[in-house]
Amino acid sequence: MLKIRNLESGYGKIKAIKHVSMHVETGEIVTIIGANGAGKTTLLATIAGLVKATSGEILFGGENLCALSAERIPFLGCVMVPEGRQVFATMSVEENLILGAHVLHKEGKQVVEGLLERQYTLFPVLRERKGQLAGTLSGGEQQMLAMGRALMSRPRMVMMDEPSTGLAPLIVKEIFQIIVRLRDEGNTVLLVEQNAKAALAIADRGYVLETGKVIVQGPAADLLGNQDVQRAYLGREKID
Amino acid sequence: MTTELFVQYLFAGITYGSIYAIVAIGFNIIYNTTGIINFAQGEFVMLGGMIAISLLPLLPLPLAIAAAVGLTMIIGALIEMIFIRWLKSPSVLRMIIITIGISILTREAAVHIWGENIRALPYFVGNEISTIGILGARISPQVLWVVGVCGVMVAILHLFFQTSSVGREMRACAANRMAAILCGINPRNMVTLSFVLSAGMGALAGCVMSPITYSQYDMGTGLAIKGFTVAILGGLGNSGGAVVAGLLLGAIEAFSVSVVPLAFKDAISIAILLVILFVRPHGIFGSGEAARLKAF
Repeated sequence: MLKIRNLESGYGKIKAIKHVSMHVETGEIVTIIGANGAGKTTLLATIAGLVKATSGEILFGGENLCALSAERIPFLGCVMVPEGRQVFATMSVEENLILGAHVLHKEGKQVVEGLLERQYTLFPVLRERKGQLAGTLSGGEQQMLAMGRALMSRPRMVMMDEPSTGLAPLIVKEIFQIIVRLRDEGNTVLLVEQNAKAALAIADRGYVLETGKVIVQGPAADLLGNQDVQRAYLGREKID
Repeated sequence: MTTELFVQYLFAGITYGSIYAIVAIGFNIIYNTTGIINFAQGEFVMLGGMIAISLLPLLPLPLAIAAAVGLTMIIGALIEMIFIRWLKSPSVLRMIIITIGISILTREAAVHIWGENIRALPYFVGNEISTIGILGARISPQVLWVVGVCGVMVAILHLFFQTSSVGREMRACAANRMAAILCGINPRNMVTLSFVLSAGMGALAGCVMSPITYSQYDMGTGLAIKGFTVAILGGLGNSGGAVVAGLLLGAIEAFSVSVVPLAFKDAISIAILLVILFVRPHGIFGSGEAARLKAF
């Protein structure tokens, strides 16, 4: 579904992503892990078109995303749940969700109503809060709203940037359970996480990013057992 | 002060106040989508009035006004597309300087086209001396036109932003530009649309006020300062606040005439602007927290 070849990108002269190649298949959870400043967020922002690639290509279902402006990319079915939720704080929960379906505006009201119902089933708390301003929700609720908003576009692939940041462990668990459920329903998820252990526990495959390069990749179970990965990212010094 | 005089001043205040409110809402619409103050806002009011006056020999009054509003909207769109749209992540200061440039440019163009003569549209109903008696005061019917048209404009605008999907998308761009892009909304189109909307509102206000206040090539600057005062007073970006603040400033100006000489009328609004900027820069109705979140 997603194929990245030799991607380079960054801000000005600083190359935050150097020669990254990776791929995501339909129906998988693929996670990108790495320390702070490894380039994870820049990588997602480049796929979403918010940061322009300086070289290489990003193919999504055969189309080169590098040639498109950021607001066209959701129309292809590639949406991002940004870091820090980024909900429309001054608008109601329901308005936030309806805006998520902007790419489907030609399909009419009924499609949007159906999708709204689906998100309310997936995130019952959003139904309870649908008239409330998004800015008044708790962090976990905002994360669910941001995910629901992305799912409103009936995406082919959802990218999630650090969904666990700043959330209580119990909420993180709930969010991750929802991500697994999304995969089980046939969705494709590209998940960026600092919480490497939790991410690898639910992912099918993973890439480890360090200073803008992919240093290790493979099935999530292998990465969990990989000594280098364990030492660097999973916080275990000694391996029995 | 007698009741008649009070009502007389009050209506003068409401008339000017609703014009100020419209200019301030024009500021707010563009501010909300771009984060900049468009100092050419007063020029839209001038263009509306002047174009309608020029079209009057060719078209009946309602059509001339409609055409003037339409043309000013096109000019608003062109201004945005030529001067603003192609800028890549410009700083707020740079964009503000650009709008001041646009304002000077428009004014100079206007003086070449229309000269320095003071012009006016005819009264919509009756003439200069026709009046309606309200509580003993004599009010020109045009005053009711100004207040009515401004009121309807505010109501329609409110409905547009709250219920239409395009209005919702514009609010989304204002609330969180990046998130709007991630939803597939093109913020550049929303910025163009905000210029078109404010140009149209300004132009219509310029037409209805023209019979009372007259139109001249340089009327935009004064209106922009008054409108800016009102926008700040009501809390930048807050259109409900702009209506209240506009009426308030209009009333203060009108009643001040009974206390200080008429020549000080403009000085009063400048003084209010300075005091507000020093003491309460987020306005009477704006919250301090929201003001800190804004980039301006």
